[in-house]
Amino acid sequence: MKTKTFLLMVIALLIAALAAACAPAEEPPAPAQEAPAQEEAAPAEEAAPAEEAAPAEEAAPAEEAAPAEEAAATGDFTPGAVECIAPANPGGGWDWTCRSAGQVLSDIGLVDGAVKVTNMAGGGGGVAFANVVTQQNDNDNLLVAASPATTLRLAQGQFGEFTEDDVRWIGSVGADFAVISVAKDSPYQTLEDLMTALKEDPGSVNFGGGSAIGGQDHMKVMVLAQAAGIDPLTLKYTPFDGGGEAMTAMLGGFIDVFPGDVSEVLGQLEAGEVRVLATLTDEPMGGKLEGVPTAKEQGYDAEWIVFRGFYGPGGMSDDAYNYWVDALGQMADSPEWQEQLQQGGLEKIVRLGPDFDAFVRTQITNFRQLSQDLGLIE
Amino acid sequence: MEILNFLFQGFAVALTPFNIMMALAGTFIGTAVGMLPGIGPVNGIVVLIPLTYALGLPPESSLIMFAGIYYGSQYGNSISAILLNVPGTSSAVMTALEGNAMTKKGRAGPALAMSAIASFFGGTVSVVALMLFAPALAKWAIRFGPAEYFALMIFAFSTLSSLSGKNLVKGLIATLIGLMLATVGLDPVSAVDRYTFGQLKLLDGLDFVVVVIGFFAINEILRYAENIHQDQEVFTKLGRVMITTKEFAMSFWTMVRGAAIGFFVGVLPGAGGTISSFVAYTTEQRLVDRHGTFGTGDIRGVAAPEAANNASANGAMIPLLTLGVPGSETTAVMLGALLGMNITPGPLFIANNPTVFWGLIASMYVGNILLLILNLPLVGIFVRILKVPGWFLMPAVVAVSFVAVYSVNNSPFDILLMAGFGLMGYLLYKMEFPLASVILGLVLGPLVENNLRRAMSLSDGDWTYLFSSPISIGLWIAAIASLFLPLVIKRFSAASTVADEMEEVELVEVD
Repeated sequence: MKTKTFLLMVIALLIAALAAACAPAEEPPAPAQEAPAQEEAAPAEEAAPAEEAAPAEEAAPAEEAAPAEEAAATGDFTPGAVECIAPANPGGGWDWTCRSAGQVLSDIGLVDGAVKVTNMAGGGGGVAFANVVTQQNDNDNLLVAASPATTLRLAQGQFGEFTEDDVRWIGSVGADFAVISVAKDSPYQTLEDLMTALKEDPGSVNFGGGSAIGGQDHMKVMVLAQAAGIDPLTLKYTPFDGGGEAMTAMLGGFIDVFPGDVSEVLGQLEAGEVRVLATLTDEPMGGKLEGVPTAKEQGYDAEWIVFRGFYGPGGMSDDAYNYWVDALGQMADSPEWQEQLQQGGLEKIVRLGPDFDAFVRTQITNFRQLSQDLGLIE
Repeated sequence: MEILNFLFQGFAVALTPFNIMMALAGTFIGTAVGMLPGIGPVNGIVVLIPLTYALGLPPESSLIMFAGIYYGSQYGNSISAILLNVPGTSSAVMTALEGNAMTKKGRAGPALAMSAIASFFGGTVSVVALMLFAPALAKWAIRFGPAEYFALMIFAFSTLSSLSGKNLVKGLIATLIGLMLATVGLDPVSAVDRYTFGQLKLLDGLDFVVVVIGFFAINEILRYAENIHQDQEVFTKLGRVMITTKEFAMSFWTMVRGAAIGFFVGVLPGAGGTISSFVAYTTEQRLVDRHGTFGTGDIRGVAAPEAANNASANGAMIPLLTLGVPGSETTAVMLGALLGMNITPGPLFIANNPTVFWGLIASMYVGNILLLILNLPLVGIFVRILKVPGWFLMPAVVAVSFVAVYSVNNSPFDILLMAGFGLMGYLLYKMEFPLASVILGLVLGPLVENNLRRAMSLSDGDWTYLFSSPISIGLWIAAIASLFLPLVIKRFSAASTVADEMEEVELVEVD
């Protein structure tokens, strides 16, 4: 008798376990039955004030949203079970892109139900890229998070046989910016000081960043060096596991300069532990970086923008592609997205459809040229 | 006094019925996700983040729940490790080694109870340390550069020999196999791929979960299948459920040391639960294992890693909150969640958000007690899993393992890898290689390599850089001491035959 009871218990446990085990990566199964139910209830509460607020502040976009949606829907595509692949583990930029965009898309009704976020880590996005091209090429309900890390790897041919032509570039909806930061007791007060030191002896400055050699953080300083007429290959760069570790190494005095992103240095900047010498942006930034000059203003033509966007499968239908371009545009204009950007410490930089596609291709061409110039690829 | 004042404020936050509920929910979810192999606190937290936003929970409540999931999972890990020899993560490998040996002797109850008590102990001791020294420890963690990390890893390796059992050479080979497996994937410095055979899926290296589950769960099943005609029920004896006061007294100092080691290692970003549990275990083995009972089901061998991995989960909160640097995947997700609530962890965090910080500290006291209350009575229920007949239990373990491994990266390739490692683990086990050493090699490998290469890059190839700071010199001395100390201890204690044998082993190693 007892054995039987326990057998039943274990079977029940096992079913629960199976369901729960599917959850982390795919989100819905087990928790979905509980969580989204509550989630749906909650947004409903939140949606109400949002709707109230929207007509008051910006009546136009709110009204626009509805007809546009209908228009898109009449364009022979209605999103089904939408999935967003974050090609890395939870906690990073791609994961953020999928989760916040997914939430807003579903909150403002551009997607029915929740957007399922799948973390598919590996090969710096290469595993997800290969999976999309080879397994899900005609999935109209699939978005994949992308950033310059994606385009840089494509440019350097790190995704094996796959290229930028194998997918459809949908749009970018936000951006982070690169900054050149030093510890508060660093001898370098301005970018000029740093560049002078580099010109005298490129090996005298220890750069350290969160990516490998040839990765984003390394490229940022090489672009800067190139702009100053310094041979980028003479720079000393040490890679760490992520921006956080590089920041710690700088605070501990092990490296001199950390070319991170705004979101990575903000906490220490507020506390006065680090100083930002320059932003690698087109225009000077506001907010907590008020008063920090751009590299361009200081005479070095270097820019590095960390866009946050999406691509879709290469075989995505035109109807679906247009729907998503349109949906991302509407999302980017929504107050909910503004809030997400603000929370993530990002700025709104929107490029959509063909515009984004052209941008990505130009970027890849530039990266490829740059990597060749720098001797990283042949 | 000021601290007490803050702490009272913290308790005012933590003891509201709602926050107690959040702590309870967190520890419960944590235990559940920890218990299932493959999924861990990261998954639990990620699923709940949108929910906390949607419900508009105050930051302290969310953080209380997330922290609860984190330390709850450190305990949950030990349940499947002890009962089924299936450690869900690499930080539970030592618990599996010792705890499952106890289970096989019919002492699963005491092992689980000890694990709950040691977790409580490690958790509580480390919260006190967290409360008293958080800002000071943040400064200490910053002092750890590549040279210091490298020395720390060498120290960890120096404790390894005691894991090797009787045959030191096999222990060394096992470690080297682990180190070799660690080189698979992108070279972290120059991003060149190694041993990937053109497989994109191998670019990020081998996932610990895949290797650990292969080595332990699949291996366990193969071993069971081997004896299938002899005993139908794997485990028949359930025995006592609680530990005796004697066992508690015996383990007391072990838990103290385990908690201390776990906490300090946990504070270092990147080091984490696995290393702390290994070091705590091997340290205890060196200090208290006079009769060679470690590895055969010694309760202190469960107490040490369990106290250590819970303490390290709390220690990991320090770099997260005071530096804004996540030391592990779990804290990385928590960092994202905090940023989403408009809180920027960093040097100003405690000053700017006293309610959140002190509420969290107070809730950790509460949460650890809840965890103990929740889990001690459940020990009696958990051990009954062993009553499930093997013909059902073992296939169930296989099924759960497959799902768990698949869910890590949604990749069928990982399942093949797991099966391969299961076979490899079985063969290594049959040839009496210590599997735990392979895992440690795999975990430490990248840390050793990266930090050595970073140190060389920063110093332009100057080897003396590795010995240039007081911390690194201290760690080198500790490493040397850990090789020789057992010799000294043995010389002064009455030499039993076992000790003599051990001494021979040690001598070989010194040569």
